[in-house]
Amino acid sequence: MNAITLPRPLPRVDARRRSWSHGLLIALALAWMLLFLLLPLAAVFVEAFHAGVQAYFASLDRYETLAAVRLTLLVAAFVVPLNLVFGVTAAWLMARFQFRGKALLGALIDLPFSVSPVVAGLVYVLLFGAQGWFGPWLAAHGVQIVFAVPGLVLATLFVTVPFVARELIPLMQAQGSEEEQAARVLGASGWRTFFHVTLPNIRWGLLYGVLLCNARAMGDFGAVSVVSGHIRGLTTTMPLEVEMLYNEYDYVGAFAVASLLALLALLTLAVKTLLEWRYGGELAAHAPGGH
Amino acid sequence: MTRRILPGFGLSLGYTLAYLGLIVLLPLAALLWKATGIGLHGLLALLASPRTLAALKLSFGGALLAALVNAAAGLLVAWVLVRYRFPGRRLFDALIDLPFALPTAVAGIALTALYAPNGWLGQWLEPLGIRVAYTPLGVLVAMAFVGFPFVVRTLQPVLASLDRGVEEAAHSLGARHGQTFRRVILPVLMPALLTGFALALARAVGEYGSVIFIAGNIPLRSEIAPLLIVQKLEQFDHAGASAVGMVMLAFSLVLLVLIALLQRWSGRWAERPA
Repeated sequence: MNAITLPRPLPRVDARRRSWSHGLLIALALAWMLLFLLLPLAAVFVEAFHAGVQAYFASLDRYETLAAVRLTLLVAAFVVPLNLVFGVTAAWLMARFQFRGKALLGALIDLPFSVSPVVAGLVYVLLFGAQGWFGPWLAAHGVQIVFAVPGLVLATLFVTVPFVARELIPLMQAQGSEEEQAARVLGASGWRTFFHVTLPNIRWGLLYGVLLCNARAMGDFGAVSVVSGHIRGLTTTMPLEVEMLYNEYDYVGAFAVASLLALLALLTLAVKTLLEWRYGGELAAHAPGGH
Repeated sequence: MTRRILPGFGLSLGYTLAYLGLIVLLPLAALLWKATGIGLHGLLALLASPRTLAALKLSFGGALLAALVNAAAGLLVAWVLVRYRFPGRRLFDALIDLPFALPTAVAGIALTALYAPNGWLGQWLEPLGIRVAYTPLGVLVAMAFVGFPFVVRTLQPVLASLDRGVEEAAHSLGARHGQTFRRVILPVLMPALLTGFALALARAVGEYGSVIFIAGNIPLRSEIAPLLIVQKLEQFDHAGASAVGMVMLAFSLVLLVLIALLQRWSGRWAERPA
């Protein structure tokens, strides 16, 4: 540049024009959220109560539906504690130590987030199905994994592996390890340090991770639909029951079961929001994830 | 090497590796083993049917479009939620995560109820000649639904931490609003925007539950790749299912690496001194 270019005069902020464009942006965003978030949610409940409150409760009070609820709770009861212990262990490893291959291990923990749930189901069929690696051996010993509860638990474990770890790793990294080191120097054992120093510090993040893991474990569809075999009353979880009722044109029944799952989702969101408002500082900013 | 003060390195490393090995790696190895058993030529032959190609094209193309839609809508919504104050803002902010929390089968039948020809929205779109349910457009709507939170949630923290002084400087130097946005704000948002885009893409490619109800699953037209895997498994065609599964897994792995690189990049942006 050969001459000094003088800045143009300050643009005069036309307050009326700006508030008009702000209003337009807000309206567009609200319209999008209304269309893509609120309307689908409303549809679930409106369709569920379409034929009245009595029909709603009658469609829930059926043997198959209750069996599906029980099975969903059973699967979650296996999956959530296992992934809770894994998540805390992995977070301790990732947030407290430096070692070679750490970045690779982090990517490995995230892997189930980017794998299609149907592929997650497929790999367990390839492993334990009749034509699979361990299929003949399992058949010879009378153990059934695919098309039975163990298969449902395994496929659900796969898709929910990262939830607790993903929540805890950034939180523990942000908190640092000074308090734990102090506890060790003062003579506390490793376990005592963990239960009296680490755990109280991460409790809200842990609760949040467990909630997300649980919501996903109860709501998974793709992975369990591959390994379930759709045996009514035996291997159909609630999302699978929704599918079967829907395909039988029992819309009230399908949406009634769906409304229970939607309530679980709303409860999860409500607790999450509450935790963020009250303990915002104790929940690390995190990237979202998860199928 | 200095002695570690905190205990449990060996235990936590061993447990993490063993758990991931059993739950994630061993099953994926079974898929790899099956795919290598078929061989590259065999895989290509299995994938070459028009129906499989159409399904893969729909899953990848639809996911790409849905992620683009989400990048635009997500940028708008994140901007509005961070920058403006309006009644119900916190409620909407909390609702952003709904597609994460809502089981996909529930989302699937809800979207179908809205967009079916006699549905809430479908009955108004039908006379306009727009059919959503049981067409590729329906697949797009479901994919956009499940991927929506990713872009918003990756952009929000970056937008909130933007230094407003830089924008004011741009204004005072004579930049117009559009110019400031394009040349000052957007470059800083780019890593997060791309990360959110890639996350939404990964999610949409593999999506199954919310898509199959609204798609109508017409072969060659509105059938997605994960559904093809399910159907091949139901016919005990493990080789065919593995071939499609392998393509999807390979894509997931590529995206995973890409996302890791993007996050490192955005991390560098965040750490840059102001």
